[in-house]
Formats: sequence, C-alpha cells, structure tokens
Amino acid sequence: MKAWLPALLRLALLVLLVVFIASPALFEPLLKPLTENGAPAIYNQGSLLTLTLLHLRTVLIATVAATIVAVALAILVTRPAGAEFLPLSRSLVNIGQTFPPVAVLALAVPAVGFGEKPTLIALFLYGLLPIFENALTALTTLPGNVMEAARGAGMTGWQRLVKVELPLSAPVILGGIRLSVVISLATATIGSTVAAKTLGEVIIAGLISNNLAFVLQGGLIVAALAVLIYDGLSAIERYAARRMGREMQ
Amino acid sequence: MTLRFDKLGVVIAAIVAYAAFLAPFATFRANRIVPGQARPILDALPPALGMLLLAIVVVGAIIALLRSPLIPRLAASVIALAALAMLIGTSGSFLTPAGNTFARVAPASGFWLLIFAFTLLLADVLTRLELAPWARVGVLAVAALAVGALLVSGSWDSLSILKEYASRADSFWAEGSKHITLALGSLAAAVVVGLPLGILCHRVDKLRAGVLNVLNIIQTIPSIALFGLLIAPLGWLAVHVPGAAAIGIRGIGTAPAFVALFLYSLLPVVANTVVGLAGVPRAANDAARGMGMTDRQRLFDVEFPLAFPVILTGIRIVLVQNIGLATIAALIGGGGFGVFVFQGVGQTAMDLVLLGALPTVALAFAAAIILDAVIEMTSTKRRADPA
Repeated sequence: MKAWLPALLRLALLVLLVVFIASPALFEPLLKPLTENGAPAIYNQGSLLTLTLLHLRTVLIATVAATIVAVALAILVTRPAGAEFLPLSRSLVNIGQTFPPVAVLALAVPAVGFGEKPTLIALFLYGLLPIFENALTALTTLPGNVMEAARGAGMTGWQRLVKVELPLSAPVILGGIRLSVVISLATATIGSTVAAKTLGEVIIAGLISNNLAFVLQGGLIVAALAVLIYDGLSAIERYAARRMGREMQ
Repeated sequence: MTLRFDKLGVVIAAIVAYAAFLAPFATFRANRIVPGQARPILDALPPALGMLLLAIVVVGAIIALLRSPLIPRLAASVIALAALAMLIGTSGSFLTPAGNTFARVAPASGFWLLIFAFTLLLADVLTRLELAPWARVGVLAVAALAVGALLVSGSWDSLSILKEYASRADSFWAEGSKHITLALGSLAAAVVVGLPLGILCHRVDKLRAGVLNVLNIIQTIPSIALFGLLIAPLGWLAVHVPGAAAIGIRGIGTAPAFVALFLYSLLPVVANTVVGLAGVPRAANDAARGMGMTDRQRLFDVEFPLAFPVILTGIRIVLVQNIGLATIAALIGGGGFGVFVFQGVGQTAMDLVLLGALPTVALAFAAAIILDAVIEMTSTKRRADPA
C-alpha cells in the first residue's frame, strides 16, 4: 500500500487546490476564526482564480525565456568557439546568485516601470542561474566514449549537439528548470510589492490589513502549486532519465 | 599581419562604445522626485576631465579588444574603474549649482554600463589568474578599503544616494546592524539546531526522509507569507507566556523575521550535513572502528572533519540567501536595509532604493567570496595533507 500513498496524497492536494481556487467561499468557515473584527475571510479584491493564472503565466514566461537563454549560453561556452567564455561565465553565475531578488526587482522599476515587467526581469535573471549551471554540468560531463562514437559515426557538430548531447543532458537540464520554477513561484509573490498581479497581492493585502486569513490562503496556494509542479517535473525528469539510460540519484 | 581580437574584448568594447558616446553619464534633477535630464560625459564633467575619462575608457577598451597579456588588462580595468569612481563624484559637484540643496545628481545608465564593462574585464582577468583563496579575500579587502576611502573622503557627497544617506545616517546604521543581526543570528541558530539534526538524520534512516520532506515544504512557502504567518503564533506567545515579551518576542517586528529566516536556513544546513556525512569514505570509518574509536570519537575526529567542506557549503548558501531575504523583514516591521528599498519603491525615489539595495548586494557578495575562499582552503588542505 505504500507505493500509492504519495500519489494519493498528491491527488488529494491537487483536488483541494482546484476546489479552493474555483470556489473559495466553501472554505470560509475554516478561515473565519483567523480574522478579527468581522474582516472578510476570503480575498475579495479580485478573483483567486485569475490571480493564480496570472501568477502561473508570469512564472511560465520567465522560465521559458530563462531556459532558452541559459541553454543557449551553456551550448555556446561548451563549443570550441566559445570556450574562452567558460571560466568567466562560471564566475558570473556565482556572482549573479548573490543578488537578492528584492534588490533586482526594485532596481528594475526605474528602467521598465511598475507592474509585471520588473517581476519578469527579476524572475528571468533568477531563473537563469540554476538552469545554466545544470546545463553546463550536463554538457561538460558527457561520457567521452559516447562522444567519440558520435564523432566516429561521422556526425557533424550540429548533429552531435542535437542528436547526442542535448538528449543526454535533458534530465539534468530539466532538474535545473525544476529548481528555477520552484524559486520563481515563491519569488513572484514579492513582485506584488511593485504592483505585479500575482498571488503576492493576496498576501500583501493580508499583511497591510492585519488579516491572517489572506496571508494564509495566498501562501498556501503558492506552496501547493510549488509542491505539485515540483513533483510533476520530477516525474518528467525520471522519465527522461530512464529513456536516456542515465541513473538518477 | 592580421589583428586578432579577444572575443570577450569585442563584447566589452561594444558596451564601452555605446556607454561612453551614446548613453548618459549622469542625470540631473531639480529635486529628488522630478524626472531627470540626461548628461553625456562631456557635459557632466569639466572639459579637461571629461576628455581624460573618455581617453581612459577608450584605451581600456582597446586593451581589452586586443589579445593583450593579463597584466595590462588588469591595469586597464583597475585604472578605468578607479577613474569612473572618482569622476562620478566630481560630476556630482560640477553639475550641482552652488548652494542648491534640492538638486540631485545621480549616476546614469552610461556610468553603470561602463562600470559593468570594466568589472567584466576585471572578473575575467581575476578568473584567469586563478588566485589562491587568501588572495581573493585580499582583493576583496582592497576593493572595500578603496570604496570606504572614497566614502570617507567625501568625494561622493554630492551624489544623490549619499544625500539620501545624509538625511538618514542614524537609521541607516541602525537598520544595517539589524539586517546583519537577522542574517547572522538566524544562521547561528540554524547551525546550532541543524548540525545535530543532520547528524541524527544521518544515523537514523527512518527520520531522514521525514525531516528533509518537511524542510523542503517549508522552502516552498513564499517568504512574505511565512513572515506573515509567524506573526500570529508569536503574538500569542508574547501575550500568554510569561517572560516571552521581555526577551523580545512580539507578533510583529524582528521576532517573526528571525524565526522565518531560521526555518529557511534549516534545509541547506541539515541536507548538507547529511550529504557530507554520507560522503565519508567507508574505509575511513572502518579504519576508525578498527582502531577502537568510540562512536563519539569517530564522529568528532573522523566523520565531522571529512564532512566539513560540504557542511560549510550549506552555510554559505544560507548566509547569502539570508542576507537577501532579510530585506523582506521590512514588510513586517522587522527592519533591515529592506526598509529603504520599500520606502523608495513607495515614493518612487530610486536613490533611496539604491541606498538599501547596494549595501545588501555588497554584503551578500562579500559573504560569498569570503566563504568560497574558506571552503576552498578547508578542502584543499585536506587533499594536500591526507593525515
């Protein structure tokens, strides 16, 4: 019975999440004890469903952009033509990770204004790092005999990249994307401090009006999304790894 | 003879060309919130100094562009960065009309791009020099001293960010010390709790998955929500537990921020302790057992020293992350540099945002360099001397 228990828990979480987002009013009695002075228990300045979708859209756009750029960069610095950039790109990635997201967000505002754009920039920059790091690790640790065989079979550089290197690296790159998505889901809430429409709006409304019910529902929706997406991506990763015959730890 | 270009140099030269000739060097504003007027280098500085700065950055870019040896590249980047740092201060006093206390002069995109380009060159040189760990800390110390000297000398006093500082000097240091207390204090608490917990998880298989899962789930709760959620239980504690309020436990303020940072810090510390201990070679443990060491001796004399670099890596992750996350504490009245960031965002006063953001970035950056150096020293020492 142990094997299906985690799957069942996840399914229950998913159902709970969907029901909560679709009709939060059902849960009002549960959240009511957390409010004071008759404050509303369910976020009432916008629909939770819309905010959740906007939140996911922001994360999706930023992650897709970050994946394209990070993988392209990793491919570039692992080709002979770009090898000169390899050490520098490693140090830049290290330096980039030290920038706090709030600082990136706040500094992007004068350049692009308030709203979704600074959030996208911060999520993009933050998402780049784990993906780039993993792509670099994957592309630089490919088994030498496989690469030799591909060369021996007369594959061109492009064919080797598309047919051998990228498919073999896919599981590790996916691992980077998974990390990046989970970080972005949480970081996107901070975007609401610069007026981005995300679930952070619910949390911040709760902080401002001292309404714990808002903080809790905003936080829990984001956490549930993160857990479910993390598990979903892990499953895809395991599938990709099995297909590539690479053992996952 | 054909000229051969350095590939990174091409990128740097392109940025420098755009930043020096097309982008504004400084922005002048009549007061702190009106939109600014852009000034290119030659308008932002006295003519002689403007030409000098242009000459320095152009020569620097050419040195970067050609395949020059490392020492001239190092010199070019350091001289260009120093010139930029000194002359932006000059630009501040040059552009501010005498006696006008409302006017604000701030570095503009051209200045930041030039700094970025030459920092890139410097980073490349330093990476290629493959400095020893202590030398990297030394470079960091020299850079910090140089910035400190410029700050103390007052040559930047006419820049808008320091005018924001001047009107908040007391609260700047108070928030700064709160920020550091939050980041370091929660790290210390996480180490005190996380190390034994990690050792326990390593020894007791059943515990490991459960503890790590709980800690993983805590990481998925967005920081602003976790900070907010802790307000209620801590508020309750303050009211209902005698003595709790006296030691500083309150619903809002530093206490929930401290607890939230502590909870986020636990995962990297515990996980790295477990990974580090699991990576201790079986042979080392067997030898220790064969020598008749007790469990306790084995832990402190064999396992722990061998796992130390990995545990230190966890501590580095936590410290850098905490310095960044501590900015969020400002949202729940916990203080820290975030106070200036959020005030600045609220007033659309970007100089105020910078006043909070720059020290945070600098702290996180310094912490990363110092801890990376320490990690490298502890792991190479072990490799060089296998005793």
